[in-house]
Amino acid sequence: MTERMGFFTDTSVCIGCKACEVACKTWNDIPADGVDLLGMSYDNTGSLDANTWRHVAFIEQTVQDDTRWLMSSDVCKHCTEAGCLDVCPTGALFRTEFDTVVVQADICNGCGYCVPACPFGVIDRREDDGRAWKCTMCYDRIGDGLMPACATACPTESIQYGPLDELRERADERLAELHSRGQADARLYGHSPDDGVGGAGAFFLLLDEPEVYGLPSNPVVTTRDLPAMWKRAGLAAVAVAAGVAVSFLGRR
Amino acid sequence: MAECHPVGFQWVMEAKARGAKIIHVDPRFTRTSAVSDVFVPIRAGSDIAFLGALVNYVLTHGKEFREYVVAYTNAAAIINEDFKDTEDLDGLFSGFDAEKRAYDHSSWAYQGAEAQSGAGDPSDRTGGQQHRATAQAEQHGSGGATVSAKPDEDPTLEHPRCVFQILKRHYARYTPEMVEEVCGVPAAKFLEVAEAITANSGRDRTTALCYAVGWTQHTVGVQYIRTASILQALLGNIGRPGGGILALRGHASIQGSTDIPTLFNILPGYIPMPHARQHLDLASFVAEDAGRTGFWGNMDSYTVSLLKAWWGEHATAGNDFCFDYLPRLTGDHGTYSTVLRQIEGECKGYFLVGENPAVGSANGKLQRLGLANLDWLVVRDLQMIESATFWRNGPEIETGELRTEEIGTEVFFMPAAAHTEKDGSFTNTQRLLQWHHKAVDPPGDARSDLWFYYHLGKLIRHRLRDSTDPRDLPVQHLTWSYVEEGPLGEPSAESVLAEINGTGPDGPLSAYTQLKNDGSTSCGCWIYCGVRADGVNQAARRKPGRDQTWVAPDWGWAWPANRRIIYNRASADPDGNPWSERKKYIWWDSAAGRWVGADVPDFEPTKPPDFEPEEGARAQDALGGADPFIMQTDGKAWLFAPAGLADGPLPAHYEPLESPYSNPLYAQQVNPTLQRYDHPANPYNGSAFPYVVTTYRLTEHHTAGGMSRTLPYLSELQPEFFCEVSPELAEERGLEHLGWATIITSRSAIEARVMVTRRMKPLRMREQVVHQVGLPYHWGPNGLSIGDAANDILGVAADPNVHIQEAKAATCDIIPGRRPRGQALLDLVAEYRRRG
Repeated sequence: MTERMGFFTDTSVCIGCKACEVACKTWNDIPADGVDLLGMSYDNTGSLDANTWRHVAFIEQTVQDDTRWLMSSDVCKHCTEAGCLDVCPTGALFRTEFDTVVVQADICNGCGYCVPACPFGVIDRREDDGRAWKCTMCYDRIGDGLMPACATACPTESIQYGPLDELRERADERLAELHSRGQADARLYGHSPDDGVGGAGAFFLLLDEPEVYGLPSNPVVTTRDLPAMWKRAGLAAVAVAAGVAVSFLGRR
Repeated sequence: MAECHPVGFQWVMEAKARGAKIIHVDPRFTRTSAVSDVFVPIRAGSDIAFLGALVNYVLTHGKEFREYVVAYTNAAAIINEDFKDTEDLDGLFSGFDAEKRAYDHSSWAYQGAEAQSGAGDPSDRTGGQQHRATAQAEQHGSGGATVSAKPDEDPTLEHPRCVFQILKRHYARYTPEMVEEVCGVPAAKFLEVAEAITANSGRDRTTALCYAVGWTQHTVGVQYIRTASILQALLGNIGRPGGGILALRGHASIQGSTDIPTLFNILPGYIPMPHARQHLDLASFVAEDAGRTGFWGNMDSYTVSLLKAWWGEHATAGNDFCFDYLPRLTGDHGTYSTVLRQIEGECKGYFLVGENPAVGSANGKLQRLGLANLDWLVVRDLQMIESATFWRNGPEIETGELRTEEIGTEVFFMPAAAHTEKDGSFTNTQRLLQWHHKAVDPPGDARSDLWFYYHLGKLIRHRLRDSTDPRDLPVQHLTWSYVEEGPLGEPSAESVLAEINGTGPDGPLSAYTQLKNDGSTSCGCWIYCGVRADGVNQAARRKPGRDQTWVAPDWGWAWPANRRIIYNRASADPDGNPWSERKKYIWWDSAAGRWVGADVPDFEPTKPPDFEPEEGARAQDALGGADPFIMQTDGKAWLFAPAGLADGPLPAHYEPLESPYSNPLYAQQVNPTLQRYDHPANPYNGSAFPYVVTTYRLTEHHTAGGMSRTLPYLSELQPEFFCEVSPELAEERGLEHLGWATIITSRSAIEARVMVTRRMKPLRMREQVVHQVGLPYHWGPNGLSIGDAANDILGVAADPNVHIQEAKAATCDIIPGRRPRGQALLDLVAEYRRRG
């Protein structure tokens, strides 16, 4: 395995140009998914889904009579503990040598177990072919030493790609800088290995609560409790079996 | 800037990361505002009041960079005693002829020097009208108008008629309180900006101003930029690193299309287009138009070399180098005048190349009526744009004003190659030429513009080959032999670049200073001379920044002479020393006896700082060693323009032609010399329109939409035409978020989905509340994302200097619901016209 690679999305320098969305769709040949005016500020994409692997959110706020316009490019988190991968019965989802999580389209059978398994609501099935799709962190680029399409297109380096350890250091520095400039609301999201998904391979610098951006405040891998659940289920099964046995025994 | 130039905006973000403070002044809160340190919402059309107040703040607080101002600007020049300012005449300058609505410039002249009327005829003292008609100010794209000698000066800046004192008096009424009243900007907010800009200017620091068409598309557009120039000159922010005024152009290589123009009034390199009645021979042309001092004093060499590039061996001293072959102006041939002539039936044929006026130009109806009255129309574009389909789906078909079967225009649609499908160059706002190489062949019948014009020229020349009519000589004698490449016979763009660069007896030229007036050199655009120095395409250089100095002279090539900052002599003090270590750029090395530094000096390399010109010297020899503005006849930055402008030597705030407010500054309401286009289809708004409307772009779309509304990945990002209104205006007019609104002017009514947003803020002009309606102008009836065209509601009125339309400030009404269809739409508009 090579170094773990990741994304650091610094939303404090995002200018909402959506070049990441377009570059992602172009490189990955993702279908356009409709011309609907959503009325959510300048966001007409809505959310990450099978046909949107980068999504720029626009949040209009009024802070002390001043307007604030937050922009943030969301993406698959490439979790350390990835629920989607845990539940995939076919092995279509796998962990790459870059420690990213990728769906192999030729193996996916469209069972859809992964969809509710994602605590961020990222992975999704495409309606016309039924298979699950999401960000690959441009697995077909990074192996050749290229950057992912979104990070390449980003004009302001809001999307940074690199070895995760380096990105985490850079993010700590950036956070300290923003705090020293008085931007007290700046915070990192998905940055800590101690969080509910064991830390994200794609993490963020946000300027407000995660919920403001449509992100869960405390995401937990949906399979975290599976062992305990199986254990309990096992115990319950044993108990039921014992009960049944006892009942049969009792009949005698 | 982030909204329309996101790629260029990365450098602003980089500056911000290094501690720069970003201030954004705009009627709407945009993506730029979102990442700026200070956002200042302003009423559309009031910027001269804002900038003028900054000038006043600088002058009243003594914040000007005094040594720079005294040495490098015309602050000390004494103006003719006949001059009367707007202070004296309540909004007019001396010399105004009310009947002609034009100025006689003569009273604006320097005392002791004769000023000429711009680049026009010096004998024409009512030059304003002539000047306005032929838009000769555009020539000043690379230098000012002509003044013939040095004026009387008072270096103490105390003389009551010196420029500095006139400036002080002129801007005295532009106070923070006036800003509040005119612009709707609170005085405290204004002062925050004034303090930031002045604190960040001087020896150690510089401030840059960036603008786009939000400044140019006004009836006073040129004067907007002039005000910014005055401010930057007073603060010493021109010719120095981190300073300047950066014009963000509408799209790629618009700078290139003025350098090598697609404009009617100039030839390559800002040489003016000769006039039919005034410029009968080369001698009269260069004598009148060239300043006798400064680098424009060599205009004869630039012009002769251009004629040699175009007519080669046929251009000789004996035939005036074929000067007679050049087309001539007879008046205003600008785009809107041409459209009126189309409607009148005088203009019969039209080429539209990469332009979609049926959507992108003000008053779309006027445009379409013109297109519908042609014999033939050639449209070259990537997609089937509205200007090619107006005859079947234009709004006038729906209203019944035009009937398809009655439109006689024969439309030829020629598919065009994209920039990735051809070689060529882009010239950006910094005058930087960057070469691009063809990546793929164009699809199907698509061809490059170069291919189209070259082969069209070949066909025409073939037809005329046996003609004996002397009028065909300019075509027969044209140099028209470019290298053809590949199966399509694509002319080599590199061979065109070679012609532009020019050649002399020893092969390719390397600098415009080598150009001669004797026919021994040829050069297709004098300011581009050197782009192919040594026969090497300098614009194709791509040495990474990390491998060269911070100025990066080996990336691309900047005109003139690969200078990255023009007028950079001003980065050193009059003695030739850097103003400060922090802002060190170009300085005089006395041991070496030359100017040195990180950039190519924009000065004669060995002219010492203490050089005094001899009496009667001409061209650059007439400029001293401390005269940095070498394209100006006096080598100075002009705070006051004694010549060259149709609408006054100093900028004054006038209201937009359509404004719900009266001018708080002067009795003169609008620019007295603005250009009107009187036509029944171009009525101006009366009083029935209570709101300010402005148009703009979105990141997701490109201008008139031909390159973006046709693409699914872009269309889905901004799928529909919408209007932006504040919650307060929505309440006042009963507009619902995501509902429909109809926006009405006396030209037309259009419908848009409603975006209610706090980013649009009602402004308070003292007692009055200003509501502004924001309209992105990208839509039309074709493509994947369709909608009404915002430009359909705008009228056409223009700046008198360069004929740019006032598209950024007008009035409108807005009501809930969709617009009526057919005749009912015309009735609604007619009803509004009746009301006022």
